[in-house]
Amino acid sequence: MTDFTMNTDADGVAIITWDCPGKSMNVMSGEALLELNDCVDKALADEAVKGIVITSGKKEFAGGMDLNVLADMRANAGDEPAKGLFEGIMQMHALLRKIERSGMDPKTLKGAKPVAAALPGTAAGIGFELPLACHRIFVADNPKAKIGLPEILVGIFPGAGGTTRLARKLGAMMAAPFLLEGKMLDPKKAKGAGLIDEVVEDPVAAAKEWVLKATDADCVKPWDKKDYKMPGGAPYHPAGFQTFVGASAMINGKTAGAYPAPKALLSAVYEGAMVPFDTALKIEARWFTHVLMNPSSAAMIRSLFLNKEALEKGAVRPANVDDQRVKKLGVLGAGMMGAGIALVSALAGIEVVLIDSTQEAADRGKAYSEKYADGGIKKGRSTPEKKEALLSLITPTTDYAALADCDLIIEAVFEDPGVKAEVTAKAEAVIPADCIYASNTSTLPISGLAKASSRPEQFIGIHFFSPVEKMSLVEIIKGEKTGDRAVAKALDYVRQIRKTPIVVNDARFFYANRCIIPYINEGVRMVGEGVEPALIENAARMLGFPVGPLQLNDETSIDLGVKIAKATKAALGNAYDAGAADEVLFWLYDQGRMGRKSKSGYYAYDEAGKRLGIWPGLRDKYTAEADAQPELIDVQHRLMFSQVLEAVRALEEGVLMDIREGDVGAILGWGFAPWSGGPFSWLDMLGAEYAAERCDQLEAAYGTRFKCPALLREMAEKGQSFYGRFGQKKAA
Amino acid sequence: MTEAYIYDAVRTPRGKGRPDGSLHEVTSVRLSAQVLDSLKERNNLEGHAVEDVIWGNVTQVMEQGACLARSAVLASELDESIPGLAINRFCASGMEAVNLAANQVKGGAGDAYIAGGVEMMSRVAMGSDGAAIAADPNLAMNTYFVPQGISADLIATKYGFTRDQADALAVESQKRAKAAWDAKRFEKSVITVRDINGLEILSYDEFIRPGTDMQALGALKPSFKDMGEMMPGFDKVALLKYPQFERINHIHHAGNSSGIVDGAAGVLIGNKEFGERMGIKPRARIRATAKIGTDPTIMLTGPVPATQKILKDSGLSIKDIDLFEVNEAFASVVLLFQQAFDVDPALVNVNGGSIAMGHPLGATGAIIIGTLLDELERQDKEMGLATLCIASGMGAATIIERV
Repeated sequence: MTDFTMNTDADGVAIITWDCPGKSMNVMSGEALLELNDCVDKALADEAVKGIVITSGKKEFAGGMDLNVLADMRANAGDEPAKGLFEGIMQMHALLRKIERSGMDPKTLKGAKPVAAALPGTAAGIGFELPLACHRIFVADNPKAKIGLPEILVGIFPGAGGTTRLARKLGAMMAAPFLLEGKMLDPKKAKGAGLIDEVVEDPVAAAKEWVLKATDADCVKPWDKKDYKMPGGAPYHPAGFQTFVGASAMINGKTAGAYPAPKALLSAVYEGAMVPFDTALKIEARWFTHVLMNPSSAAMIRSLFLNKEALEKGAVRPANVDDQRVKKLGVLGAGMMGAGIALVSALAGIEVVLIDSTQEAADRGKAYSEKYADGGIKKGRSTPEKKEALLSLITPTTDYAALADCDLIIEAVFEDPGVKAEVTAKAEAVIPADCIYASNTSTLPISGLAKASSRPEQFIGIHFFSPVEKMSLVEIIKGEKTGDRAVAKALDYVRQIRKTPIVVNDARFFYANRCIIPYINEGVRMVGEGVEPALIENAARMLGFPVGPLQLNDETSIDLGVKIAKATKAALGNAYDAGAADEVLFWLYDQGRMGRKSKSGYYAYDEAGKRLGIWPGLRDKYTAEADAQPELIDVQHRLMFSQVLEAVRALEEGVLMDIREGDVGAILGWGFAPWSGGPFSWLDMLGAEYAAERCDQLEAAYGTRFKCPALLREMAEKGQSFYGRFGQKKAA
Repeated sequence: MTEAYIYDAVRTPRGKGRPDGSLHEVTSVRLSAQVLDSLKERNNLEGHAVEDVIWGNVTQVMEQGACLARSAVLASELDESIPGLAINRFCASGMEAVNLAANQVKGGAGDAYIAGGVEMMSRVAMGSDGAAIAADPNLAMNTYFVPQGISADLIATKYGFTRDQADALAVESQKRAKAAWDAKRFEKSVITVRDINGLEILSYDEFIRPGTDMQALGALKPSFKDMGEMMPGFDKVALLKYPQFERINHIHHAGNSSGIVDGAAGVLIGNKEFGERMGIKPRARIRATAKIGTDPTIMLTGPVPATQKILKDSGLSIKDIDLFEVNEAFASVVLLFQQAFDVDPALVNVNGGSIAMGHPLGATGAIIIGTLLDELERQDKEMGLATLCIASGMGAATIIERV
């Protein structure tokens, strides 16, 4: 395998071309780094070479590091994984530093061979860290290209010098959006932000021209000059001090202390800013190693990168079914969900028939897409032409006959079995025999709904989350009789609309809602016990949940909660265990406090619907004295275990078929503590033995809903982990 | 056991800590030297009269850097055989200097010391010496660092103090300080700061605003609300440590927090033999000293555990203490002390405090020990306790007893 090749042209410019065989995008591997090192050594040693241009043989420059390389580095280091990682990272630094110094005399800073990066397109992660080590960066005028360092989004940080170089190039404050938020820019904006140097039509030609005329001074980085001062001020410069104090507080507040990577990144920048560049790289390597050694980062990489991608690429798709991409979609019901489904489908270029009972309602559903497109135009992300193209794909109508040539139907009408059965029959009267029919129900069992269908093997659940255009998870539910082609159809469709699918078996509330409801109930139950509501909400936020259980209940509405509680109680009879939560829920309902939509719930709201704070009446009725409050960790474990035990039970019962789906689905579906990597990753972090012991304590203190599932108990006895027992080889 | 006695205590008046403050033109070294010279003159400290000069100072950079204590000795009329030790325990530096000196004397390391401190806040800006606890991301995040104003507001939130209570305490501080000056109660200790030609520069605490009332204070905006709720959002950090609260109640402002001023103070401490040899009378003995670390986020609760510790260590009870000096860094600090020990507010900061007269960081600890002693003598009481809250979560206390 050859990832890097080098050719020296007649002018003495060595062109190093990165072109991973058999891949559409360059990804850095351990072997590739060695090859690049060889090329650089040869070019620097060759008298005939005047300068170097590093470019790509593909449409894009590079997507980043193969994250398996980091796992390998750790694995290959035996008993001293930190040492293995640190040394591996330092080798990477040595290579990039060699490119940056490029043979110059360390005293006079003269004699370097100019090195330019010529990027045809996207350069992300190490794909941008490598150019940052070059003397000048040329990028093709390609508005679709994205330049940046997205590492932080998967729980690590730019660890191949990107952190240190960008912080020194832009200053801590200006580099923050790129390092701490993983912000990516198109080439023109990247130039404006100082990430790159030139946007040109032909980057290789421009880079060649530049290396041939570059002077010694052009090849010295600011941080290698004696008079270097960090833009915006180093940590103990008055302005820099404010930046670092503010950044620490902001990151602390934002991450609630739950994420190791931003803290480590900021520490690398802070400590690095006070020492010479090579020492700063060493510090960066130490913090990067520290992050990689943290179980949270390994879990985040696994769930948010490796497994999310695997699921999107069809890891659980039935292999024996041919391409099921959707050509024409019928959406039944143009309410909020139906309108959103029409929008995301049209955005993927799928033709959509949007049906409702009145033309007005159907038109309103299409108007949602219009409003979305207008917003895009306003923000400069779309154009009137694109808007026209989008809208032309959506046909709003009341006429079921328009469904005649659809190959997928998604029903999103009112959550009532009778209503659903009626539209199923109406649709099946006109749709083609091989058309797949899906329901977007969030609460009704699919097998039950399928009874209204004359072809239950073509009947499936495709459960979107609200708002559809923002939530990336789609839960696909197999009914008792659902066939492989229906599953493949749903998966191929989800891939078309670029969302992440999980496939689960039919059961009450499927997977996501099954876990979310106990989370809300546990919070509500604690209110009833006298726990300070702020403690409940803060405990959830400190676990990394986007909203606390009480706010979530206000958002989803109290009356829906009451409805679900009543239905669940009726279905479960004596086994029903949420009475303590219902007391609070029904009391609020009786007070007419329906949640955000009624501008009153657990929280008080102003006239405009802005949340003001916990409603004092809630405290008056329930909250105990300050000295009778529980420990934070107990509140947090109640919130966590109420969800993760439900996930374990879903796995035990076969509702969940793959722990990867359980983890990815939890993070994307309801924002389950992303730093943990998901419910199963979190249990692995705790260790089955401790988790089982904790279940026993929680059960003794709070009730049987915390009873340790048999599977977890068995794993505790055998010393097993979920990923050890159920994980796919390549997924670890 | 050897006893450590206070023989004398002097302080400069406090100047507004701004470029238009009266002491702004005076260097830290010269202000310190005037205190040392005054102690020398009042007590005839010729030759190697004291073992050391221990000088508290918080912002030890620029003119306050490089062992200010030694520079001050060399700039004064004291003999060059007397060395100098600069120390920093933030707001309790002046107290820590006294406590260290007392304990050195008690332990037999020399007969006498001068202890005190200085802070020229108009000349060397607070915070200009950097602070890892605020800027080092790892430390700041692990300790949930917030600035002191947020901590003071967190105390108010946690212990239920209202804006009105804080403002009332501030009004009382102003009233008492004015009354004390009117009655010349500081006469024994306050020296006049003079220029190189002997001309008067300042002779009174110029920070006091005697007319301050609830209405005037009511008009002031809370000082720490923006940094707490907006940029950079310190309240969120504080709530990570105190998740039982929904929000921070921001009650502090410039009028119920300590003033930024310039000032210096010194205390002469020695054993019995020292007094006999010099022919001077001991005024009080230093009965006990204490220091303690506390949660750095709420930061300013230190006076409570420091007082608990000093009482326990000395076998005394809060009822044995006749008068209290609790540094008015922020109103909530004093309110918390009063609440925790259920002491009569009339016995706490009898002559006003840092809210009215200002808080020259490195000097205040020595100032309040002197003020406490003066008032014990005036009221003919026996036992007094002085205590301060300290940055980064510490507390210090001293108990003095008249002899």
